[in-house]
Amino acid sequence: MLSNKKIRNISSNIAFSIILAVILFCTIFPFLWMLIASFKNMVDLLNIEKLLVFSPTVQNYIDVFSKYAFLKPMWNSLYVGVVSTGLALIFGLPTAYSIAREKQNMFASVILIVRIIPAISFLVPWYIIFMKLNITGTYTALILSHLLVALPLIIWIMIPYFESLPKDLEHAAWVDGCSRVGTFCRIMLPLSAPGILTCSLLAFIFSWNNFIFGLVLCTNDTKTLPMAVFNFISYTDVNWAGLMAAAVVITAPILIISLFLQKYIIKGLTAGAVKG
Amino acid sequence: MLLKWVDKNLKYVFTLPTIIFVLAMVVFPLLYTIRLSFYETSMSQNAPMVWVGLKNYTNMFTDSRFIMAVYRTLIFSGVALFFEVVIGVTIALFLNRNFLGKNIVKTAFLLPMVATPVAIGLVWTLIYEPTIGIMNVVLGNFGIPPQLWLGSPDTALMSLALVDIWQWTPMVMLITLAGISAIPEEPYESAMIDGATRWQTLSKITIPLLAPTIIVAIILRLIDVLKTFDIIYSTTQGGPGFASETLNILAYRQAFENFQFGQSSATLVVFFVFVLAVALAFIKIKSKVEVDF
Repeated sequence: MLSNKKIRNISSNIAFSIILAVILFCTIFPFLWMLIASFKNMVDLLNIEKLLVFSPTVQNYIDVFSKYAFLKPMWNSLYVGVVSTGLALIFGLPTAYSIAREKQNMFASVILIVRIIPAISFLVPWYIIFMKLNITGTYTALILSHLLVALPLIIWIMIPYFESLPKDLEHAAWVDGCSRVGTFCRIMLPLSAPGILTCSLLAFIFSWNNFIFGLVLCTNDTKTLPMAVFNFISYTDVNWAGLMAAAVVITAPILIISLFLQKYIIKGLTAGAVKG
Repeated sequence: MLLKWVDKNLKYVFTLPTIIFVLAMVVFPLLYTIRLSFYETSMSQNAPMVWVGLKNYTNMFTDSRFIMAVYRTLIFSGVALFFEVVIGVTIALFLNRNFLGKNIVKTAFLLPMVATPVAIGLVWTLIYEPTIGIMNVVLGNFGIPPQLWLGSPDTALMSLALVDIWQWTPMVMLITLAGISAIPEEPYESAMIDGATRWQTLSKITIPLLAPTIIVAIILRLIDVLKTFDIIYSTTQGGPGFASETLNILAYRQAFENFQFGQSSATLVVFFVFVLAVALAFIKIKSKVEVDF
């Protein structure tokens, strides 16, 4: 015989599982929907009787790469993302270290303000400045603009990270005759590997996802994936199946990275939120 | 020799590249925007820039399109933020126990936040599609008549707010969960000894101790929600008509659809000052709260 308490426990567990399932379903439903629609042909997609039962096709994916030439934008996104993240690390890591160790709090506030300023504030002046420098539509312009997101992000995540590393290690290295630059490169950087991974992942994801800068700064040759998808909408107003395949192509890499490295990404997104 | 000099001036050497970047890519463009906001210009070769003084600014206060954009920005942000915080905190409290697959659940919550906004906009456009979208099909089963969602001026803005809520509630939830795990055990132990009910523990211990975390979540979300651009522009471009045109979108359209770069700059300056003021005010409140608790 089950006691009353046990019954109550079991029913509360069942209720918990059901509510959890509902919440989870709401969270991932749009992704499931995108995936399902991307394997439908247009006739099935337009028929609401065939929401779940349909004959799957990969034609949409073939179209995305052949007819809509997504390979080039994919390469552009990868290139801009990797270069801007790399540059942001080269600029940002020493800066974050210096702010953490030299207590340059004023400069830290400036970085915070740069993070707060709406990206769109830069769109008009950059467009004009880049036009005058004749670099609108080049990779340089795109990378510079993506740096604006990546650099403050990396600095902001890395300041508390460097602060949390014990100073004794550096002091010991200095006593042994290691220069400060050497200490930074050979001791501090390897110790901060998890933090560096976190901020690089986020910087890359934000660059990959970035839409607003591409809208003004790319040309047909340098357009990134979000722009390619956006142009797709305007040209083919109703090819929903193809659009969904395009949406899968653009989100899949990010979602896969997140599945494997979720711990680091959660840390980065909530960085600074819980004051330790 | 060089190494010694670098060591001595480390704080300048290490920060100089970033300082140059900030001056060239942030400070200079912002000053340029402020200057531009006193001119009338379409940036074309043969039309010169015309100094118009404060006209671009005074225009704003009589322009109903601008005033409506301010109103929409506030409504959109307010509604989205309210539901994100309420739902996010509730779910976090609900998930605050050990269960199988908790990490998988957390990963699922991560997905809406990291997925490419343009793709999210697309999927939701399909979900909202009046004739083939799943939204009307599901609501139809409950006897609710089909809605136009993004296609109607009455519902476009709130439909977009719902997307934002779907996308960013997990952020509030993850921050709150992290905050809960940082609360010490002792208050709970004493509460149990004193025979506090579950509700009392929640309202007298958990919520007050979580307040600073929740406020930080609110600040982070507020700063971002005011700037929402991708979701709106990739789905409705501010339409139908001006129905989902927030300040962000208005400034963009003024510059890159109407080529009124001066007017757009003035809108940007106002928007920029507004976002910064709100953010700084909240950061001030945050430091106050942290002292109190």
